[in-house]
Amino acid sequence: MTATAERPTTTIFRRPDTTSGFWSWITTVDHKKIGIMYGYAAFIFFIIGGMEALMIRIQLAGPNGTFLTAPEYNALFSTHGITMIFLFVMPVSAAFMNYLLPLMIGARDVAFPRMNAVSWWIFFFGALFTYSVIFFGKVVAPLGVEGVAGNVDAADRSLLGGLPDGGWFLYQPNAGPNFTPGHAIDFAMLGLQLLGIASLISAVNFIVTVFNMRAKGMRLLRMPVFVWMTLVVAFLLLFSLPIIAVALFMGTFDRSFGTLFFEAAGGGDPVLWQHLFWLFGHPEVYILILPAMGIVSEVLPVFSRKPLFGYAAIVFAGGGIAFLGFGVWAHHMFSSAITPVAQAAFGLSTMTIAIPTGIKIFNWIGTMWGGRLRFKTPMLFSIGFVAMFVIGGLSGVTHSVVPSDWQQTDTYYIVAHFHYVLFGGAIFGLFSGLYYWFPKLTGRMMNEGLGKTHFWIQLIGFNLTFAPMHWLGLQGMVRRTWRYAPETHFGPWNLAVTIGAFTIALGILIFMFNWTYSKRRGAPSGLDPWDARTIEWTIPNPTPEYNYAEVPTVTGLDHFWHLKYTQDDEGRALRRDDADEIIADLDYRGSHPSSPVHLPSPSYFPILMAMGLPLIAYGIIFHRGLPGKALIVLGALITIGSLLGWGMEPLDPDPPAGDGGDQMELAGAHG
Amino acid sequence: MWLFLSSEFLFFGALITNYLVYGNDPFPSVVPREIYDIPFTSVSSFVLLMSSLTMVLAHHSLSTKDQNGTRTWLLATAMLGSIFLGGQVFEFYEFITAHGMTMTTNAAASSFFMLTGFHGAHVAIGVTMLLSLFGMAKRQGGLSEEHGLNLELVGLYWHFVDIIWIVIFTLVYLLGAV
Repeated sequence: MTATAERPTTTIFRRPDTTSGFWSWITTVDHKKIGIMYGYAAFIFFIIGGMEALMIRIQLAGPNGTFLTAPEYNALFSTHGITMIFLFVMPVSAAFMNYLLPLMIGARDVAFPRMNAVSWWIFFFGALFTYSVIFFGKVVAPLGVEGVAGNVDAADRSLLGGLPDGGWFLYQPNAGPNFTPGHAIDFAMLGLQLLGIASLISAVNFIVTVFNMRAKGMRLLRMPVFVWMTLVVAFLLLFSLPIIAVALFMGTFDRSFGTLFFEAAGGGDPVLWQHLFWLFGHPEVYILILPAMGIVSEVLPVFSRKPLFGYAAIVFAGGGIAFLGFGVWAHHMFSSAITPVAQAAFGLSTMTIAIPTGIKIFNWIGTMWGGRLRFKTPMLFSIGFVAMFVIGGLSGVTHSVVPSDWQQTDTYYIVAHFHYVLFGGAIFGLFSGLYYWFPKLTGRMMNEGLGKTHFWIQLIGFNLTFAPMHWLGLQGMVRRTWRYAPETHFGPWNLAVTIGAFTIALGILIFMFNWTYSKRRGAPSGLDPWDARTIEWTIPNPTPEYNYAEVPTVTGLDHFWHLKYTQDDEGRALRRDDADEIIADLDYRGSHPSSPVHLPSPSYFPILMAMGLPLIAYGIIFHRGLPGKALIVLGALITIGSLLGWGMEPLDPDPPAGDGGDQMELAGAHG
Repeated sequence: MWLFLSSEFLFFGALITNYLVYGNDPFPSVVPREIYDIPFTSVSSFVLLMSSLTMVLAHHSLSTKDQNGTRTWLLATAMLGSIFLGGQVFEFYEFITAHGMTMTTNAAASSFFMLTGFHGAHVAIGVTMLLSLFGMAKRQGGLSEEHGLNLELVGLYWHFVDIIWIVIFTLVYLLGAV
């Protein structure tokens, strides 16, 4: 720790200064620590979501499954979706962004370090809040329906049946007060609201960081593609989250305070929910996939030993996907009440999404074409990403044809499609990133043998799980149904799917073992284990607390590569004679800063402020009783109080570039 | 802050669209547009607009290092905001007691209360921020332009809330009443 500047001691608001141990994690504002916490939390939810999926698969392994009751099944597939989307893929992407964004643009931290911490803690408490439903949720029969009471009674006593059960998109009026009484949906809606606040804060933070904190010479079109995708995703979040916030507020008010937004009896319109939800929900799909695309665009050039083919095209295609992403939402609603003209228009706009996506695919193939490929684990996962994503993308195009979509809607064909893009796509890309940047995190290498075993098991398991769902869907097996009759002959393929699901689980276990083992025993990585191209590899591994001992000056795209390589007469890459000395020099200077480095001080207030919000949410759910009302007041007091404390907290005596930590804190009160 | 506000525009955009979808619904009993008290709301709108003026004056005072002026105008802005809020509370009270229109009457009423209610909540947060600034100004012996952009950001937020109200007043009240 080299942050040695003295702090004023005259004020009662002393800032914490622990640098190790438990409290340093609680009060940290370091983007690397926040990224790591995001990563581990997300992975825990990945395990939980995965176990939910396995239970679903046990139930469906054969006809007339008896492992779960119908309410439990409903709860599990809904919670599996919510968990994987909002509590795994989004936060693990946030983990990469937090950790890598400042490193990749040559910065010491993000623009607003305390806001970054508050975003993480709101996510964390929001996630706990969402899952705390297990203590309060209870399955209650819909009004006026007595027939399912037998099942409901059984599930009443089970914890699982109390999880949110309206599907991840919580369609109205099914998820409204009449058809889903009880508190499960309340928790889902308010939980998503909290997670949305966290993402919104992150989005603002990342955009400001990208625009203001770049190192000298890091022009916009010299930024690594991952940074570009982070920027695009941040804008997507910024413009789509307010819409879901409104929809969730309306849903919550319907449920808790008796408004009539989605109740046809009072003039409300259930289809409005679908419009609002998918106006957020479709951009959300790109929020999930674009970070993985960014990771793959980093990994492929390194292991192909070629520059990224069509850098600018990939960047603009990413922007194009995001822009078009706001104009296709109704393709989720072809079977809802929308006019034929709207169906045609949205079908066409959906097809145009294939253009920028195709540009990316061709550029990735072009990157590999003629390169000297090295099939290390990160590379394998990236190639897996490209292959699986093509399959998922193509089955996606089939949905843009409206009559075809009518046949596929609500069948397993759709399930197959979105798992090919989200699992085969996003998750393969994220694993590629985990293997690739593991040395950056720990200074050690992941075990290659275990890594490759993990890849092949996961690839085979994945295809065994989701490919048969295509034909099951086309045969007419419907989604979200807890059993099927033997006469349907769905049994054999479903058994294959279940075996595939457990194969994936085996792969993940190998990964977890590899991670834990390599963290302690892995071979030391040195500064440049992959012969990398971008500047985050010009600093020692694991990353020093201050990132860059001196702020780098960037001279071009793939700056690090050009430090090490020149060209021969035929344009082939030629390693410079002094490349090893350059690396050794970077390693030494990177860990021996010439002057004391000033870092933003830790703070207590982000975690305090974040604690207040779930209290308010509990209060809203239980607002009918006195404790609920008290909770709202208490939560609001904690949040406002810690915001005031935040505002009064002494600034750093000599603020580093971007003295911004304080600029936005009051705006946060909006949440 | 500009980014946050751009997000806020979509938030209110969705709420206003929602009202436009439902607002003219002839669905049972009370229709919000038939019971607006335009003169009363005009006055409270005027109050809110004036608060933007006092906000600008506060900002101006700070730029001329006039700490007293800054504090006075901040307080004035907060007062005007509170008067507006009081007006809104009175209006809601009238609607609920005199006209029997509540949040649960019909979808149109739901969307009316939701829209104006969320706007009111934003004004209330704004007033809290103004009062905090006022408190900080007293405690630390004055705000400064260099030390954080607090006043400027609160100002931006406050003007944003005003602009949104102009849109709401025009679309919901004035156009609704013709």
